[in-house]
Amino acid sequence: MDFHASTEIVTSGDDAGADRRAHLVVIGNGMAGCRAIEELLARDGTRYRVTIFGGEPHVNYNRIMLSPVLAGEKTFDEIVINGHDWYRDNDIELVAGDPVVAIDRMAKTVTANSGRTVAYDKLLIATGSDPFIIPVPGKDLPGVISFRDMNDVDAMLAAAAKGGDAVVIGGGLLGLEAAHGLTLRGMKVTVIHLMPTLMERQLDEAAGWLLKTALEARGQTILTGADTAEIVGDARVEGVRLKDGTVIPASLVVMAVGIRPNVKLAREAGLDVGRGIKVDDHMVTSDPDVLAVGECVEHDGNVYGLVAPLWEMCRSLADGLVENHTGYKGSVTSTKLKVAGLDVFSAGDFSGGEGAEDIVLRDAARGIYKRVVVKDDRIVGAVLYGDTADGSWYFDLLRKQEDISEIRELLIFGQAYASGGGQADPKAAVAALSDDAEICGCNGVSKAKVIQTIVSGAVSLDAVRSGCKASASCGSCTNLVEQLLSLTLGEDYGGERTVKTLCKCTSFGHDDVRREIVAQGMRSIPEVMQRLHWSTPDGCSACRPALNYYLLCAWPGEYADDQQSRFVNERMHANIQKDGTYSVVPRMWGGLTNPRELRAIADVVEKFNAPMVKVTGGQRLDIFGIRKEDLPAVWADLNAAGMVSGHAYGKSLRTVKTCVGSEWCRFGTQDSTGLGVRIERMTWGSWMPHKFKIAVSGCPRNCAEATIKDFGIVCVDSGYELHVGGNGGIKVRATDLLCKVATERQAMDYCAAFIQLYREEARYLERTAPWIERVGLDYVKSRVVEDEIGREALTARFLVSQSFSQDDPWAARAAGVDRGQHQHLGEFRPFQLEAAE
Amino acid sequence: MIGDWIDVGPLAAIPLRGARTVPVAGGEEIAIFRTGDDAVYALVNRCPHKQGPLSQGIVHGHAVACPLHNMRISLASGEAMGDDEGCVPTIPVRVDAGRVLLSRMGAIATALAA
Ligand code: SRM
Ligand SMILES: Cc1cc2nc3c(=O)[nH]c(=O)nc-3n(C[C@H](O)[C@H](O)[C@H](O)COP(=O)(O)OP(=O)(O)OC[C@H]3O[C@@H](n4cnc5c(N)ncnc54)[C@H](O)[C@@H]3O)c2cc1C
Ligand code: SF4
Ligand code: FES
Repeated sequence: MDFHASTEIVTSGDDAGADRRAHLVVIGNGMAGCRAIEELLARDGTRYRVTIFGGEPHVNYNRIMLSPVLAGEKTFDEIVINGHDWYRDNDIELVAGDPVVAIDRMAKTVTANSGRTVAYDKLLIATGSDPFIIPVPGKDLPGVISFRDMNDVDAMLAAAAKGGDAVVIGGGLLGLEAAHGLTLRGMKVTVIHLMPTLMERQLDEAAGWLLKTALEARGQTILTGADTAEIVGDARVEGVRLKDGTVIPASLVVMAVGIRPNVKLAREAGLDVGRGIKVDDHMVTSDPDVLAVGECVEHDGNVYGLVAPLWEMCRSLADGLVENHTGYKGSVTSTKLKVAGLDVFSAGDFSGGEGAEDIVLRDAARGIYKRVVVKDDRIVGAVLYGDTADGSWYFDLLRKQEDISEIRELLIFGQAYASGGGQADPKAAVAALSDDAEICGCNGVSKAKVIQTIVSGAVSLDAVRSGCKASASCGSCTNLVEQLLSLTLGEDYGGERTVKTLCKCTSFGHDDVRREIVAQGMRSIPEVMQRLHWSTPDGCSACRPALNYYLLCAWPGEYADDQQSRFVNERMHANIQKDGTYSVVPRMWGGLTNPRELRAIADVVEKFNAPMVKVTGGQRLDIFGIRKEDLPAVWADLNAAGMVSGHAYGKSLRTVKTCVGSEWCRFGTQDSTGLGVRIERMTWGSWMPHKFKIAVSGCPRNCAEATIKDFGIVCVDSGYELHVGGNGGIKVRATDLLCKVATERQAMDYCAAFIQLYREEARYLERTAPWIERVGLDYVKSRVVEDEIGREALTARFLVSQSFSQDDPWAARAAGVDRGQHQHLGEFRPFQLEAAE
Repeated sequence: MIGDWIDVGPLAAIPLRGARTVPVAGGEEIAIFRTGDDAVYALVNRCPHKQGPLSQGIVHGHAVACPLHNMRISLASGEAMGDDEGCVPTIPVRVDAGRVLLSRMGAIATALAA
């Protein structure tokens, strides 16, 4: 059978004129239109005479199955829902390939493209949606295709037969299915997605990240946060240019950015139309003789883009047509996506709002992420990745609003476990495990082995970890081990962990996290949270800045800093004040300045009405009271005079204080001022676990207070004394002498090595003083002084990292980067509003 | 026609786990938050502790940590979480077709209160 033939008209053979039944005319031969007729026929097969107009030259087929057709898993014949025999057997007239172009509600007729006009008693509009085409230059070039009907699939298949590069714009459900199909057809596919995470409307960040990683492993290139500027090409498409200038070559571009209800006919006919054609609970439009169903309608303010709600609509529509009104109440939707064996499920609202709580389960080894959102003992949303077997169970509980308080503890483990009755107490379940049951999958440790380790003296989690390696790798069995500890030791087990966890979101300590980031090559915050079993969806204000720093330190030049994981000062590149304004401290290298800089600062103070300017304890000037909106302009003025950010706000290098030194001072032994400037040039811009201060004094009188700095240099006749771990803050600590070196070069190299060791090994928010007290001066000496090769490597790593971080953040902001950080979104003058963009 | 909702701009202009501000002439500045899972909330941009600008805090889950002294505020209720006490007014907000819509009455109420 050839369904691709052009216009085909199937008539019932009846003499329509003699038929006295009411005439029901359907516009749209798609999923909803035909399902509505099926529902009607099931109720009453004789009441109406039916004519269906279809814009496509095909019988009714399953649109969802276009994805398997594209992927080569199904043929068109296999996805037909109702073939010609169905129309014939049910006495339905199909007018395929002849779209309706007008509705005349006064005359009660519809007119098709061919001119054919048909009268109706009842009209059903089921015109579905149109793909949304983003209005960029080149959108009409040959080779730019949407993904909606069989015609599009044919076009994609023809393009794929030639091979080459394809770009799919849109990383939602449809776009990913298109990308998958084209990949299977042998094309090299790039997905361009505007949002930071794939399928952001259905998935949260964690699941979106997992999906992205898996698709990349399948050979697709996924660009998130990428905005299409233009589709380029002369006679046909040749590539896509992004707003950041990148050009991606493509012989085929698939636009899958969204759909718009197809309401053109309805609007022209004067029906009430909002986002979709407005219908009541019985799918009746503003005209009692005109009904509408499917993606083209708006019910109770909602429009839908999945089939499940359409089925529910079709039922109440048919009930209404046979005057047995039941009424449609709106739908809660769930999404299940399966791309090449990747299971994804989401349902309901996972932005729970007030009182909502997340229950999260992550199993890195099996690539599983589950999140159930519970509110008032009811499930309100769920996101599942990797194992979606319980999706329908959660969805059912959600729709029925079941009280889950009884099974709450076990809910996340799924239906089998939670409804299992006897297993309700997790501790009892662990006790019931056999001796050879595997507790730690990573290190292959059995229950018997763990208990034996505990009995022979390992009475804490840490001791068990070092004793038999259980829970020492990925940590997912930590809870099991803790339960074994408490089962074995009874009341003796205090339960407290000796390692302080990074925060409440994880059972790992700082050092474990740092080690695993490097060992497992983790490269993003969601990845760390997934692999290390974070118990919250996106962490907290304690762990996010720490993870951001650890990743930045581990992968210089590669890791993309996450602004939203930084404290306000580091995000705004200024210090927030108690009244919400900011203070601005430009860098003054080694405490030196000149008339040009001073003039620029004076000008800024006057121009922006800064209420105060003050000399800081760090040898530079601080301008107070700048509004966040004015910061970029202030920075532009300071930049113009050659000044850059002083990072007075950062967990980073702050100041290098100097004294006068040999150039002027009668006691000076070395050029302390010049050395300070050179050290500041080397170290500025670096991110650290905490702030870091340096000073260089020209003689042991130590006017630069070098012995209370993180790194201090005291110059002497024979060279340079290097001091470390000083702190002048809350708890004063004088430095320890690290060593003495002969040359300025050495002083700088040792400084870089020391900083890098601190960067790589200290815990976030641990300054050098407490760090050295913890690890011991001897350890630091063994790494920086005694191990020459190690020191050189540390220095080299620091310099590599610096090559990526010495960009003035002020200059970038002044040039417009992250403009949104400084501007208002809009402004509201009661009774009038101006949006900023 | 002036509706009950005021369009204050595109959702896309608010970073995920971030916030933007909307000043109200004669009233208090409003902070519009967007969480990691794309929920949107509007609160008066003033911490109940010492008036810290909440819009500049770190957003995590459905809470924000105040940038001044780290008090955590529930975005949905405006109430301080944990052991802290205090509450900041919330303003009804919704998203339609990618635009952020703020309740006109809610915004005016902040102006009247100021
Ligand atoms: C501006 C300045 C005071 C001044 O007017 O002189 C200052 C201002 C602040 N200091 Fe400081 N410190 C300043 C020099 C110092 C010094 C002196 C120095 O650097 O020689 C110290 C002691 C030396 C030291 O750090 O060991 C100092 C020890 C602290 C501490 C305690 C640190 C500690 O480890 O105990 C804090 C709190 C913290 O960091 O957690 C702090 C925190 C702060 C903060 C950032 C408080 C905050 O979190 O908002 C203040 C910001 C005010 C602002 O908005 O600008 N400030 N602060 C100085 C800026 C120097 C610069 O040019 O960058
Ligand atoms: C590739 C793909 C995969 C999908 N996968 C899923 C999935 O996994 N799960 C899910 O729930 N949903 C999925 N969907 C969405 C689902 O297919 C739609 O929700 C469903 O098809 C909507 O049904 P409808 O009848 O409203 O519109 P359609 O099925 O589009 O039917 C509308 C019909 O009306 C015709 N028409 C329009 N104007 C006129 C006119 N003037 N005259 C005559 N005829 C006209 C059109 O040609 C079309 O045939 C997918 C969609 C696509 C494209
Ligand atoms: S000592 Fe530092 S932190 Fe304390 S008030 Fe002064 S500037 Fe602020
Ligand atoms: S002002 Fe917000 S915590 Fe102090």
